[in-house]
Amino acid sequence: MSDRNPGIEFDASWLEHVYVNLPAVKRRAETLGTRRCVKKQWQSAWLLRAVTCIDLTTLSGDDTASNVSRLCFKAANPVRDDLIKGLQMEDAGITVGAVCVYPSRVADAVKALKAANASHIPVASVATGFPTGQTPLKTRLEEIRMAVADGAREIDIVINREYALTGNWRGVYEEVKAMREACGEAHLKTILATGELGNMVNVYKASLVCMMAGADFIKTSTGKEGVNAIFPVALVMVRAIREYYQKTGYKVGFKPAGGIRSAKDSCTWLILIKEELGDEWLNGHLFRLGASSLLIDIERQLFHQVYGRYAATHEIPMS
Amino acid sequence: MAADTKTNTKNSVAEIFKSMDYGPAPEADNVAKAWLNDHDNGEFGLFIDGKWVKPDGRKTYQTKNPATGEPLATTIQGEQEDVDLAVSSAKKAYETWSKTPNHVRARHLYSIARHIQKHMRLFSVVEAMDNGKTFRETRDADIPIVVRHFYHHAGWAQLMDTEMRGWKSVGVIGGIVPWNFPLMLLTWKIAPALAMGNTVVLKPATYTRLSALLLAEVCAEAGLPPGVFNVVTGNGAMGSKLADHPDVDKVAFTGSTGVGQTLRRLTAGSGKKLSLELGGKSPVVVFETADLDSTVEGVVDAIWFNQGQVCSAGSRLLVQEGIHDKLVDKLKERLTHFRVGDSLDKTVDMGAIVDESQRKSIEEYVESARQEGAEIFQISAIPKKGCFYPPTIITNVQTVSRVVVEEIFGPVLVVLKFRTAKEAIALSNNTIYGLGGSVWTENIPLALEAALSIKAGTVWINCHNLFDSAAGFGGYKQSGYGRDGGKEGLFEYVRPSWEKRPRPEPVQLDLKAFGQIVQARPTIGNNQKNEISADGKLPGIDRTFKMYYGGKQARPDAPYARPVVSPNGTVIAHVGEGNRKDVRNAVEAAHAASAGWGKRAAHNRAQIVYYMAENLELRRDEVANRIHQMTGRSMDDCKTEVDLSVQRLFHWGAYCDKYGGTVQETTLYGCTVKVHEPMGVIGIACPDEYPLLGFVSLFAPAVIRGNAIVIVPSEKYPLSALDLYQVFDTSDLPGGVVNILTGDRNHLSKYLSEHQDIQSMWYFGTAEGSKFVEYMSAENVKRTWVNYGLARDWTDPEQGQGEEFLYQSIQCKNIWIPMGDIFAN
Repeated sequence: MSDRNPGIEFDASWLEHVYVNLPAVKRRAETLGTRRCVKKQWQSAWLLRAVTCIDLTTLSGDDTASNVSRLCFKAANPVRDDLIKGLQMEDAGITVGAVCVYPSRVADAVKALKAANASHIPVASVATGFPTGQTPLKTRLEEIRMAVADGAREIDIVINREYALTGNWRGVYEEVKAMREACGEAHLKTILATGELGNMVNVYKASLVCMMAGADFIKTSTGKEGVNAIFPVALVMVRAIREYYQKTGYKVGFKPAGGIRSAKDSCTWLILIKEELGDEWLNGHLFRLGASSLLIDIERQLFHQVYGRYAATHEIPMS
Repeated sequence: MAADTKTNTKNSVAEIFKSMDYGPAPEADNVAKAWLNDHDNGEFGLFIDGKWVKPDGRKTYQTKNPATGEPLATTIQGEQEDVDLAVSSAKKAYETWSKTPNHVRARHLYSIARHIQKHMRLFSVVEAMDNGKTFRETRDADIPIVVRHFYHHAGWAQLMDTEMRGWKSVGVIGGIVPWNFPLMLLTWKIAPALAMGNTVVLKPATYTRLSALLLAEVCAEAGLPPGVFNVVTGNGAMGSKLADHPDVDKVAFTGSTGVGQTLRRLTAGSGKKLSLELGGKSPVVVFETADLDSTVEGVVDAIWFNQGQVCSAGSRLLVQEGIHDKLVDKLKERLTHFRVGDSLDKTVDMGAIVDESQRKSIEEYVESARQEGAEIFQISAIPKKGCFYPPTIITNVQTVSRVVVEEIFGPVLVVLKFRTAKEAIALSNNTIYGLGGSVWTENIPLALEAALSIKAGTVWINCHNLFDSAAGFGGYKQSGYGRDGGKEGLFEYVRPSWEKRPRPEPVQLDLKAFGQIVQARPTIGNNQKNEISADGKLPGIDRTFKMYYGGKQARPDAPYARPVVSPNGTVIAHVGEGNRKDVRNAVEAAHAASAGWGKRAAHNRAQIVYYMAENLELRRDEVANRIHQMTGRSMDDCKTEVDLSVQRLFHWGAYCDKYGGTVQETTLYGCTVKVHEPMGVIGIACPDEYPLLGFVSLFAPAVIRGNAIVIVPSEKYPLSALDLYQVFDTSDLPGGVVNILTGDRNHLSKYLSEHQDIQSMWYFGTAEGSKFVEYMSAENVKRTWVNYGLARDWTDPEQGQGEEFLYQSIQCKNIWIPMGDIFAN
């Protein structure tokens, strides 16, 4: 991740001719999973790759040090040893991409990962009045600084929906830019909260504006909106990433989050990325899946690949 | 532990984890192969009268999987005897099937739908293996469309009495279908045919016969009575034998324009109904206000669906100049991750071409473009073995290039630029075809205007190649006539209840001699009648009945006159003897008026027609008297004819604003709108009987639905029609909408039928003339409506103003308008 997107000056002309046809987007989205599939060892390999892209997440009011710690150990050992051996992947050092928690739990997570001997796994913290962002900018920025100070290496911010919905794109840009500065070395993921943006044109514009402001990742949702990570939204966002890359040469990552639960879906997400952005995006540096329960389903699929039998959920260590 | 995960090769989990390549994901073919083996180890017979029939001594055809070259089965090359047997079985079954209550037929169609659904996977695999198309498409498109079609038409069978009142079944349908969507296109024929009470003999295409045979078996399993649906396999010549069989009452064809023309000529004058769904060169029109990323996927659907072997394939990409390069770059980028491979592989976008001969033909087209200096973009990653051709984009081509003009029927896209919407429409319509087209823009007024301006049977907005049983599919111009699907499609499988199947005696037609005349010379003697003036001393002022076109009276191009003779032999007037050039001039005038007239508000057209009625009634006595003079019929009788004509004008005036179309209940989220568009310019040759009522009955429905016409009034009694042009002038009918040419009916009909820019020809004359008109119409695939020399009772409302007149006056365009912008809160 050495070549971070530094962002560019706000350019309103990029937003002038944005056209997104939702029915056509949906049609493409529907066929992504029907035009491609992976079977047998291809499926296993792809599922393991998906594991490495997971931002293993807990974002609950009742999070405490104990469940965060459990999550971190699972992050460091996402797939049962016997399954990893069965797939001959002992040498791959497979862990999830990051753990994702609230700012108040960052310190707990950093500590737990150290205990799990997995400090290389970054801790990502949501910030900026997550999930709504309806707090003063000053406190939102301060939240970022505090999370970074506690050891967060990635910050998932939410954009200002009021600005987005009223067309104040420069306002969105300025805020995100300030957040990027507040992040310092920490990587910035901008959550568009697409379920609250009203239409796909806004999704596309918000994507471009966040990238202009220096986002390292653009992310679909907080998981708290009515509609979260769905393929049509993802298509629109990755198309914006492609445009930004073509125009600036900077690769920005993509993170769908919210509602991703099945192993099959995780393959379809990888297919979407492979088809629309290419293999270079197909790793944890440029692609993350925000999820909590997905990992269990992936493990069960891998169990089937290794043993030829369907695993019971209770056979898989919970996170 | 699965063995293949252990191997430390390219296909180990570790290696795939690094490469993130796709692997093979084949759909199993074991059931399909077992099904083939069930039939004498893959040696199929014909399916006639509910059972397999294997006549002796027939040649066979070996069908292969185009993706692998692997032989799948052998089928029989049927002969005349086999056609005879199948048709006689269908004819026998028709006796009961046509009388089977609607509800019972509905149950049968419903059962067929259910049974196909039960065997869906088998159908999908067999179809993919036989044709080379991807299993993904057969699974997600072909077969679901087939199932939906049978369900939908079960409904039409149930509702026939209410929804198709005044219509009845036709008889035995000969279905001839192509190889590109073998099961889907045959379903488009047999579902409406059976729903309307007909029985069917089907000839599947040579390359792809298996799914038709499977369907025949499944129909039998579903309980369809024997003989209702028969499948006879054979070559093209056998198809002609089927079409030519005297007991076939209608031929339903989908395929190339060339074969469609052959079938038109073959069945000309036979009294058989015919529907043709032919070729296309459909435009994909992309405006600068389009969502280009979505357009790219739309182009994939338009030209790389089914390897481009789709009659409605969007093979001409028309792009607004400012975004041309950007879109072409995006398309090329898209092709870098476009996968071509075995039809059963579930990771491919495109499968195999149906046959080597087809692949060669595609290759030749692309080479011809290369020779012309066009830029060819192709991907190289296609299988080396099997019958494959890469997706191809041709840029730097012009309207004069063969690849732009002709239907390639392969995965080849040509790209042209346009500057303005007006130019886009002109380019879209610069083709002999008119099957489909798509429009890409987020600008609604532009999208709708473009959709209405493209002359094609289906226009998709921001999508391409969507199909549904509730929306008719079929062409304008040389893409054919008749519709498959929707209520509009049912009319291809019914005839008016009052009408028997015409069975004209075979006529020897001399194409060259037909309609040749030697013009009349002066006549003198006591048969000359000049109207006497009031005082009885002066000779009457001669009244010359001129022809009428472009809103003006016109002398014939070559001034010859023909006498109009009363029953007692008296010449009561002269009319112009129209010729080829008069036809030419009148058609020009009609075209000049046609566009504006079609766009007039329906209310305005109604006002004009009501006004005509008013003005005709004012002249009631004068017009009746003229009929009396010409025909010798009683004045009362003639007044009744005038009165009926006034009524008929009212009838059609009423229909001006009540037959514009419908919203179709397709599976689309959005609107599928069927628009009843005018045909364009219609040539009409009127019958001799009822010189006024016959004329009015024919011109009025055509004109109120927005057509411009060139009409030949009763040859014997033309004066009534000429009286009418004063009525037209005083009723504000725009010049050129109705153009009247007097003269010899067959002579003028010859030139009307031969005219390439007449969209439909109605002929009410002799059996010979009917045959001529149908035969000649093949050249530009005109629609025709002829009487085979049989009279109808024009005074009878069913015969003189039935729904048939509306059906003949319009062509259906279905516009698909997907909707949706809201996706969340």
